[in-house]
Amino acid sequence: MASKVIHAFYNDDDVLMHAVKKVKAAKHHIEEVYCPFPVHGLDKAMGLAPTRIAITSFMYGCVGLTVAIVMMNYIMIEDWPQDIGGKPSFSYLENMPAFVPIMFELTVFFAAHLMVITFYLRSRLWPFKEAENPDVRTTDDHFLMEIEIHDNEQELRDLLMDTGAVEINITEK
Amino acid sequence: MYTFSNRLKIASFILMAVGVLGIGIGFMAAPSTVEEAKAIVAGHGDGHGDAHAVAEGHGSEMEHGDAHDASHDEHLLHQLQNKPWAALYVAAFFFFMIALGVLAFYAIQRAAQAGWSPLLFRVMEGITAYLVPGGIVVFAILALSVAHMNHLFVWMDPEVVAHDALLQGKAGFLNGTFFLIRAAVFLGGWILYREYSRKLSLAQDESNDDSNFKLNFRISAGFLVFYLITESMMSWDWIMSVDPHWFSTLFGWYIFASMFVSGITVIALVTIYLKARGYLPDVNDSHIHDLAKFMFGISIFWTYLWFSQFMLIWYSNIPEEVTYYVTRIADFNLPFFGMVAMNFLFPVLLLMNSDFKRTNWFVVMTGIVILAGHYMDIFNAIMPSTVGDQWFIGIPEIGSILFFTGFFIFFVFRALTKAPLQPKRNPFIEESKHFHY
Repeated sequence: MASKVIHAFYNDDDVLMHAVKKVKAAKHHIEEVYCPFPVHGLDKAMGLAPTRIAITSFMYGCVGLTVAIVMMNYIMIEDWPQDIGGKPSFSYLENMPAFVPIMFELTVFFAAHLMVITFYLRSRLWPFKEAENPDVRTTDDHFLMEIEIHDNEQELRDLLMDTGAVEINITEK
Repeated sequence: MYTFSNRLKIASFILMAVGVLGIGIGFMAAPSTVEEAKAIVAGHGDGHGDAHAVAEGHGSEMEHGDAHDASHDEHLLHQLQNKPWAALYVAAFFFFMIALGVLAFYAIQRAAQAGWSPLLFRVMEGITAYLVPGGIVVFAILALSVAHMNHLFVWMDPEVVAHDALLQGKAGFLNGTFFLIRAAVFLGGWILYREYSRKLSLAQDESNDDSNFKLNFRISAGFLVFYLITESMMSWDWIMSVDPHWFSTLFGWYIFASMFVSGITVIALVTIYLKARGYLPDVNDSHIHDLAKFMFGISIFWTYLWFSQFMLIWYSNIPEEVTYYVTRIADFNLPFFGMVAMNFLFPVLLLMNSDFKRTNWFVVMTGIVILAGHYMDIFNAIMPSTVGDQWFIGIPEIGSILFFTGFFIFFVFRALTKAPLQPKRNPFIEESKHFHY
């Protein structure tokens, strides 16, 4: 059986934040909130688990640093030894200052790109993916809070009206 | 209102007394003749003495052996005589630079009309109060150098200039009178802004409109222009000129990064101290978090400049430039690379995590390492050209650090008692109280 959900629309992020806090205080589970732009502090108000993307970013950075070291060692020292800056030492360590910019850039490159890709995968976003927004207005000027109904339709409706919702819809999901 | 606790006051007096003792011992122990200087070096540990004996033996084999030895001994005497002076100068400049870095940070907050920081303005104003006593001490040391009381600045010695075409060419800029005039202009400008901005900041609390605040904004923006020019010239004058043949075009920025991160660290430390004593009730974790973000970011900025300066000189390998790093890597290996670990690796690894930036003891621990690291930075900038391989972190160095720590604490905390720690009528004070991450 498909579950019934209630969709409450808001047209201001401050009103939305207060509404989220009120709904949480009344011990209802918020399924999802759709916003046209990121609302600062919304994740904490909704009680979402803290993001772990920073940890992945650190690991990708370490991968990038390793790739840079291995790559420069192979290209410049082993495969075709180069005389760098008139100092033909042919040692990675003694030529390291020349490789630091590359080590830095690849660390940043790996951390940034892989973090974005991870974020897309985790959010189930890919090219030609159909939008999940239940209402197109959430891409423009409206915020939408989705709550599942468990035989408490009237109670939720009153509560949400109280929090300043501009429109309330019930839909099957 | 903050009251200067007796314990802290006594601690600052003890630090000053012990420091004066250490500085005094340093000056007493300095040799006054070539023979004493040789005796000191010979009396050193075996390893060091041996290395020197080899070098001297090598020298006497050469044709000009005797002349070379005599000039070498004279040089050694000057280095050992410089030691207590250099120790005093490094510590005096380091603590002065903290106050100057805070002044720049404060002016940026004012010019940016930042909303998060007004709660910390009185702390910053307290720290910049040290500009007057600290500036007087630095100026006195520079004036004594011009008066030939020491050999910190080799270009001040007319004997040396007479035999040095490069220094003769620079004499229009590097001469004692102009040097002191510049120092007076720099210090005068910085202190003038500090006092005027402080006056406006206090007047704002009692006023009915925002005119003081707006005027403070305008003079701060103007001051930043003055500061960036004078800070850069100050770094050439007071630091780079100890090695008058060498120059680096980003040196001003490099010293700026060092003073900026030290200043921000001290703001964080003083804020955490006052908060722990029950003052600054409205300062929250997010303010500390922001200061720690600055500590983290400016530490990386400092490393960027340190490495940029190093890499260009290493790559091009031009003899007159590369000597700067050759001396440092040969004679100052541990302090030179240790400083990079303390100023870069340590803050990067410890302050990377967002939660650690909000944990007071983490910020304090990292802050102490950062301050020690930037003391080493100034040490590495001054010592190689003034003391050479005779450097050591001993009684004069530690005594100077202790003295100036006490001196700094005394003047900063005394200034903090002069006004309420929370500004009343700053237009952004509400935003600052509600600042959250």
